[in-house]
Amino acid sequence: MAAIQLKQLFKRYGAGNKTVNVLHGIDAHIDDGEFIVIVGPSGCGKSTLLRMIAGLEEVSAGDIWIGDRLVNQLEPAQRDIAMVFQNYALYPHMTVFDNMAYGLKIANVATAEIQARVAKAAGILELGHLLQRKPRELSGGQRQRVAMGRAIVRQPQVFLFDEPLSNLDAKLRAQTRLEIQKLHRELGITSLFVTHDQVEAMTLAQRMMVMNGGVVEQFGTPEEVYNRPASTFVASFMGAPPMNLLSKVPDVPAGQVLGVRPEHMHILPASDGTGWLGQVEALEMLGAERLVYVRVGDEPLIVRIDESTQPPAVGATVRVGARADRLHWFNAQTGLRVAQGADA
Amino acid sequence: MIERNRWLDVLSHMVLIVGVGVVAFPVYVTFVASTHTMQEVVQVPMPLWPGSHAWENYTTALFGSHSGATPAVGRMMMVSLITALVIALAKISMSLLSAFAIVYFKFPFRMAIFWAIFMTLMLPVEVRIGPTYQVVADMGMLNSYAGLTVPLIASATATFLFRQFFLTIPDELVEAARMDGAGPMRFFKDVLVPLSTSSMAALFVIQFIYGWNQYLWPLLVTTEESMYPVVVGIKRMISGGDAQTEWHIVMATAMLAMLPPALVVILMQKWFVKGLVDTEK
Repeated sequence: MAAIQLKQLFKRYGAGNKTVNVLHGIDAHIDDGEFIVIVGPSGCGKSTLLRMIAGLEEVSAGDIWIGDRLVNQLEPAQRDIAMVFQNYALYPHMTVFDNMAYGLKIANVATAEIQARVAKAAGILELGHLLQRKPRELSGGQRQRVAMGRAIVRQPQVFLFDEPLSNLDAKLRAQTRLEIQKLHRELGITSLFVTHDQVEAMTLAQRMMVMNGGVVEQFGTPEEVYNRPASTFVASFMGAPPMNLLSKVPDVPAGQVLGVRPEHMHILPASDGTGWLGQVEALEMLGAERLVYVRVGDEPLIVRIDESTQPPAVGATVRVGARADRLHWFNAQTGLRVAQGADA
Repeated sequence: MIERNRWLDVLSHMVLIVGVGVVAFPVYVTFVASTHTMQEVVQVPMPLWPGSHAWENYTTALFGSHSGATPAVGRMMMVSLITALVIALAKISMSLLSAFAIVYFKFPFRMAIFWAIFMTLMLPVEVRIGPTYQVVADMGMLNSYAGLTVPLIASATATFLFRQFFLTIPDELVEAARMDGAGPMRFFKDVLVPLSTSSMAALFVIQFIYGWNQYLWPLLVTTEESMYPVVVGIKRMISGGDAQTEWHIVMATAMLAMLPPALVVILMQKWFVKGLVDTEK
């Protein structure tokens, strides 16, 4: 197990005036045994970052430290890491056992030791009865577990996950999420998990790195990221439905953006003296809650109300209120959070 | 689209039966002719039922006649077999390696080299036969297995086929092997070769038959009877001019010459079809 240090990490493709900058100086310190989720929209550089740590992409500038080793120039196999790929990348002609054992065989681990390690990993992942099967005879979830087993048997310093759940159906994904959490608790190995799914990010992360356009927008615990987003991007990316970002409603000073999450807003009767006057445009029933789409002046916003609350009629004029202690202020130019009382 | 028309069934079966008949009848005639004596074969009309001289005709063909008038086909079959095997196996290993280099290694002029290989598809042996003969003769490879096989080994088709197959192997698999610490040759041996087995089998069938059926090239580079492949041998038996052609022996030889390719196809049929139809990934 090891800590990971990223220092001013850059990635560029091409040369001359055709250079494309993918990562713009990533700095991060990841503690030994932490579970970090790297999340962001597609094209933000999160997979590139992971592949650079894995050694599958070259580093354009900057340093990657795993433990006390600078690994920039090391081959993937020498970095003492293991990776779970999105499509699992199992060797189709090898049995489950051979898939898991292959890396150890190359590393000249003794046969008895290989047997023991594979048996142990198979036990943890409940793959014991499948060891002699070929990958094509397995279901998607089983293949995913074999891919994890292949990572576990190497007993690496670091686990890297590249969107490993995106090929599973919703139910299996939730289940596997829990299994990965359990696995991390048991093995305590430093893990980096890339995903574009914010639910996965929130549920798995001890700390999460929210990336956009090749830079880290925020690096913190899920609570921090959700409750005190560092920028308008983070505010709108995390949470479904996203945070309302308002600049044209009354009470918002020029040059600032007000962020309020839908669940921190409520509908008031039009006769109420507080809040903003607006018109209900649509209603959505989501089971336990309802989304009310209201237009205040030019600004559309979403209010989340309890299913038990009587919803307003579509087209009705209502007032919309927000919880004063849950307001987020951002600079309209930079998009960055403006320090406020609640941050202290 | 499922047609349920009785007459269409009958018609399509008729077409198939006629087609098979057209292909199979000459083979049948050859077989019949190989079981009669020469006098029976040359009479008009030729008998259409197998005769009773099969055993003696085939032994004569295989081991040569006592008088030495017909050469022993057994030796020619050996030459053909060795030539076809060497060509097929060497073609497969050469093109596997060159496709591996082209797909997985970055070197200068990689695409230029690929296209150069691809262009040679337009230059089969027949087109370059003059210069190739010169080279082989200068290197003293006439009347040798090297002369029979080496010029036929390079194969653009097989290289192209393996290249296309390698391109379908997902990058993640290559990366997984790198993570597992497999070097390039290890990856080649442990992953690429096992995955290519069915393509290799299909190619083997095609290339074995290609090698076995070679006629023009062996005709040029072999002048000694001991190095004739059987296909050339058959032609040599059909004497022109006044000499009498022993048709019954020629036909027996033709039957024998057909046997090994047929066996290869029959025995490897399952693999052959698999290699052409499915790509196991």
